[in-house]
Amino acid sequence: MSPAARSGLFLVSAAGLAVLLGLALGGLPGFDGPLGDTAKLIATHAVAQRKASNVVIDVAFDYRALDTLGEEFMVFVAAVGAVVLLRTTRDERDEAGSAELEARRPPETSDLLRLLGTVLAPLTVVLGVYVVSHGQLSPGGGFQGGVVVAAAVVVVYVAGQHVAVPRGGPIELTEVVESAGAAGFAIVGVGGLIFAAAFFENFIDPGSQGSLLSGGTIPLANVAVGLEVAGALVLVLVELLDQVIFRRGGGK
Amino acid sequence: MSAPALVVAAWLLLIGLYGVVTSRHLVHLIVCLSVAQASTYVLLLAVGFREGAKAPIFGDIPASSPVVDPVVQALTLTDIVVQASVSALLLALAIQARKRFGTVDPNRIGELRG
Amino acid sequence: MIELQYAALALVAVSGTAVVLTYEPRRQVITSGVFGTGLAILFLAFQAPDVALSQVAVGSVALPAFALLTLAKIARVDRDEEERD
Repeated sequence: MSPAARSGLFLVSAAGLAVLLGLALGGLPGFDGPLGDTAKLIATHAVAQRKASNVVIDVAFDYRALDTLGEEFMVFVAAVGAVVLLRTTRDERDEAGSAELEARRPPETSDLLRLLGTVLAPLTVVLGVYVVSHGQLSPGGGFQGGVVVAAAVVVVYVAGQHVAVPRGGPIELTEVVESAGAAGFAIVGVGGLIFAAAFFENFIDPGSQGSLLSGGTIPLANVAVGLEVAGALVLVLVELLDQVIFRRGGGK
Repeated sequence: MSAPALVVAAWLLLIGLYGVVTSRHLVHLIVCLSVAQASTYVLLLAVGFREGAKAPIFGDIPASSPVVDPVVQALTLTDIVVQASVSALLLALAIQARKRFGTVDPNRIGELRG
Repeated sequence: MIELQYAALALVAVSGTAVVLTYEPRRQVITSGVFGTGLAILFLAFQAPDVALSQVAVGSVALPAFALLTLAKIARVDRDEEERD
């Protein structure tokens, strides 16, 4: 089908979709109605039951932890898929250490970049750990903190003396950390099965509101998801960097 | 009162789909896909918003004050990180497509066979 | 807060259209950065700080990094093919 015919067909069906969207969205209640039943129930009882201040994280990691289990496995599988795709390139020669690589190596990074990297990397790690551990008290949680920690790890590799890409040991450690995070979340659920007779039932004492260990199993789940998201993003970024810098050609 | 938000959500979906259908570069296509995905976030949050209500974090407000819907926010925040990972997978596929078919134009990928 | 919502909605609609209409992928990464920031402000105006934090982390760290690295790799494949011919 030619591009013009495809655009025409799309415009016709988009018009139909717009009409359907208008009809569907027009029937939604506005901003001044009362909250839905589930939301009202959760908003009134969540703090009393779980002593966690952040109700959104409460919903995501406790009341609806099954959905979050599916979503974090989606992150895991997508990262594994991207890494597998980027590693199976048999028709590319590995240039690391060869003379061609020395000639092609990018110039040394500037002093300002290295200074910024030295200052930013530890601060970003601390920020990421803070966001992950305080998920149940203030906005944040495992997903956001994981992205911040991944950014810190990449800053270390990109703002060094030369742009370097880790191989071997650090990569395997990252893979182990990511898998441990993914499995850890499922183990928290199984712990609920063992200790409280329901999958993902919150089986640890909730503590008092406002303290760092409030919310029962929520801090554990936060740490597991934080490790997993950080590991996944670091793996994908390192594979992409490796492809850009060290792999030669490969097309037809 | 919620009409502007819903109109913007519908518009983002349509314009994102238009970008995907008429794109001529795989990376452009993937970024347009993220625009279409953003429309679902706007729609979810617009459904949950209530006028005059506050964010559902009870650290410093009394436990009985009205808040917006926390369930849709939990759905949306995991959704955003999943979008990042799926985009990474799609970009890896785009790299492989460039290597196999020699082009990043979606219209021409069917022609050149490796 | 309602004025901030309208302003953020307008910004999101305009920058979303700009993202689709920017055909060069390198320039599109910049516009998508603007779009992501507009979305984060919109989520704040909708009283959703967790979602805004998530959007800022993904839209300004993860997505631009992946897209730029992919474009660099594609450019590298182009250059290596030219050298070989």
